[in-house]
Amino acid sequence: MANHDDTLHPGADPATGNASQVSSTTTKVRSSLTKRYAAERRFRWYGIVAIASSLGFLALLLTSIVIKGTPAFTQTFLQIEVTLTEDALGVAADATPAELRRANYAGVVKSAMRDRFPDVDGRSEKKALYGLVSTGADYQLAHRVAADPSLIGQTVSMWVPADDELGALVKRDADFTDPESLQTRLSDQQLGWASSLVEAGELDVRFNSTFFTNGDSREPELAGIRAALVGSAFTLLLTFALSFPIAVATAIYLEEFAPQNRWTDLVEVNINNLAAVPSIVFGLLGLAVFINFFHLPRSAPVVGGIVLSLMTLPTIIISSRASLKSVPPSIREAARGIGASPLQVVFHHVLPLAMPGILTGTIIGLAQALGETAPLLMIGMVAFIVDIPQSMTDAATVLPVQVFLWADSPERAFVEKTSAAIMVLLVFLIAMNAVAVFLRKRFERRW
Amino acid sequence: MSATTLILTTLVLAAASFLWGRRRSLEVAATAGGPRALHSLPVHYGAMVALWCALPALAIIVGWKLFEPIVVTGLLDEALPESIRAAGEKRVELYRNDIDNLVARGDVADIADPEKRQVAERLSSLRGIASAALAVLALAGALAGAALAARRIRPELRARASVERVVNFFLVSCASIAILTTLGIVLSVLFEAMRFFQQVGFLDFVTGTKWSPQTAIRVDQIGSSGSFGAVPLFVGTLLISFIAMIVAVPFGLMSAIYLAEYASRRTRNIVKPLLEILAGIPTVVYGFFAALTVAPALRSIGGDLGLSVSSESALAAGTVMGVMIIPFVSSLSDDVITAVPQSMRDGSYGLGATRSETVRKVVIPAALPGIVGGVLLAVSRAIGETMIVVMAAGLAANMTANPLEAVTTVTVQIVTLLTGDQEFDSAKTLAAFALGLMLFVVTLCLNVIALHVVRRYREQYD
Repeated sequence: MANHDDTLHPGADPATGNASQVSSTTTKVRSSLTKRYAAERRFRWYGIVAIASSLGFLALLLTSIVIKGTPAFTQTFLQIEVTLTEDALGVAADATPAELRRANYAGVVKSAMRDRFPDVDGRSEKKALYGLVSTGADYQLAHRVAADPSLIGQTVSMWVPADDELGALVKRDADFTDPESLQTRLSDQQLGWASSLVEAGELDVRFNSTFFTNGDSREPELAGIRAALVGSAFTLLLTFALSFPIAVATAIYLEEFAPQNRWTDLVEVNINNLAAVPSIVFGLLGLAVFINFFHLPRSAPVVGGIVLSLMTLPTIIISSRASLKSVPPSIREAARGIGASPLQVVFHHVLPLAMPGILTGTIIGLAQALGETAPLLMIGMVAFIVDIPQSMTDAATVLPVQVFLWADSPERAFVEKTSAAIMVLLVFLIAMNAVAVFLRKRFERRW
Repeated sequence: MSATTLILTTLVLAAASFLWGRRRSLEVAATAGGPRALHSLPVHYGAMVALWCALPALAIIVGWKLFEPIVVTGLLDEALPESIRAAGEKRVELYRNDIDNLVARGDVADIADPEKRQVAERLSSLRGIASAALAVLALAGALAGAALAARRIRPELRARASVERVVNFFLVSCASIAILTTLGIVLSVLFEAMRFFQQVGFLDFVTGTKWSPQTAIRVDQIGSSGSFGAVPLFVGTLLISFIAMIVAVPFGLMSAIYLAEYASRRTRNIVKPLLEILAGIPTVVYGFFAALTVAPALRSIGGDLGLSVSSESALAAGTVMGVMIIPFVSSLSDDVITAVPQSMRDGSYGLGATRSETVRKVVIPAALPGIVGGVLLAVSRAIGETMIVVMAAGLAANMTANPLEAVTTVTVQIVTLLTGDQEFDSAKTLAAFALGLMLFVVTLCLNVIALHVVRRYREQYD
């Protein structure tokens, strides 16, 4: 079809034509052809532009997030020499673990900074100096001393997280000698100290393991996604445990056993409608029924899992039914022929053959549930969670909600954290979809 | 014994009963002339015994857990100090919660207040008795059930039939969950919305033009009486959905037409999954992108053109939402376009029409009902979409049709009303349910119409 001119009018020049030998209709058609072909090309281009711009937007979205998020996987560390004297810490060397936990680590870190810059004087200057170290330094020091109390009395050199603003500057290799160009909330004096630290090699950029081991924090350099990841895992586990058996049972009933009656019609209409109900309405259901009526704990993965499984049920049911339907009737007839009961036909023959398709649908449904945010906001899974949740009833948050929370934070360093959390979320989603595609390609039979 | 361990123990017992039942059926069969003498397979006898073991025990546990709090509270009230009981129901409830928290924290003996300690001790002893009694009862039920079933095993016992009845019942009840969910949504939303409409008139709600849901916390407070006119929210929702549709319909439809009519098989196989990725990205990611990249970009472009663009403009949220919906529109239209019979296209080509003329004059008109259905479904998605608007659209309830200003939507207001800490019976929280009811009804109508249109159309060509 690509070359109309040659195939349709061999020998004749369509544009000029030989007018005397053809009818007037043909003349009209020929004279309009140029325009029509131009319209054809334009139309084709509209399609290409539509696809290209959609994919362009996708590329823009992904690159912007990768560019913003990559810095979050590294962190700037500052080297300090801490002198752990009993006096400074306020505890004896043989203190109990409880006493050790209460020791004055912040003071030790501060004095280490004072020793590094001896000419700093005055309250506000000192405060500015302490601002270069993250409060995470205290925890890190406390951890080390708790693990090895014999350190008390020694001088230890350690790398501790730097403040997020300073960290960001070091990460992008900023030029500290030109404070005007930096656009930072650090003062010129702080920048001076920073540049001397850089020259001495006491600032270093390393892999940010904190991001994967910590819960949420008000300090960007200490905030991590561990709590959200664990919360997501609990929620998703419950979603799978509830929605998979219920959805498969429903699909089997509707596809293999349901009589043609009004009840069956009602169930089918309901499932189709539930698939299109806005997710936030499921959140309202969870809030009104499970939290206010059944008094299940707020903010807990239990409620989140139940709500998300109600939400993913229609997706899994619809794909499971399609998968069951694609198993040819001859399989059922053969099984019936050798004396299997209806249930044996389904559970021994039809279901195993339909399983790859069902699993594919389930994984896609779970991927949707993993990215879902709105219903979880309704049931209070939007709390500030520092501790890693230990069970289904602990207060927890999930990865997309963590993204939402961080996106709301005013600190600039949270932008990169948010993007990094999105990257982790997308990696999980891509992995799940890849598994689904693999299952479909590898095991699906065409009859 | 906690409920979880109890349930796990029951399941272990059920597994053991399965083995027991199977062995017993074989023993019974051995005396009657081998396994062939049995009516059902040995596994069916095993499954029957396992069900007789697990089901009564689980029923006991569930029933007990439903009634335990009521009974325990009743018994505990007798142990409450006289002064508390005289102070009325509210005070008693507070006191109960207090004791509950103390017990939950552990170490009842450490409680300083002797009065409270006594009540707390009573509570924990009651709970201890209850859980011990439950464990004994449930396990006894499990064992008795299993023993009873195992004793009934005879070669002529129709074990398969009874097991299959239970399985069938399970399948039917699973299928009914969809109806229960719909019922749950309708009842919960409707019930709370009714309570709201008792405080605020329904007409005021759907025709009022001022939305400021801050109600006074104290009676004497000034200036925050709260008004619940939802029209600005409806206008904002429609505006953003309209912008989204302006983006999604042409782009989605043109992509579908190109993929269905022009693209080679190879291009189609590559491009289609790529477009589907757009649909798989979580909405919170779109929201982040809209708020952090698109909105500032629009603002600076608008600044260059001399327009004042709000930093939470409807345009930014609507555009990004439109992009999110593109794959939805495109895959639905793709389905209906490919369902148009090839003979119609061939007829058009035979009359000398070009491809684009065929698409515009024959394929699209033939597919129009399906496309309209798909667009309606897309509209219902746009109306119900939450995260993009929560992150990128504003909270200010402006009534405007100007896409450069900030507007707010129904879903944004539901989220803001319900994520704070407030009492559950204030008009403010209940308003969220009234909005939810509106949302549910509107999207339900759109879906029903759309599904109807799509189905009618399919029947035409199949």
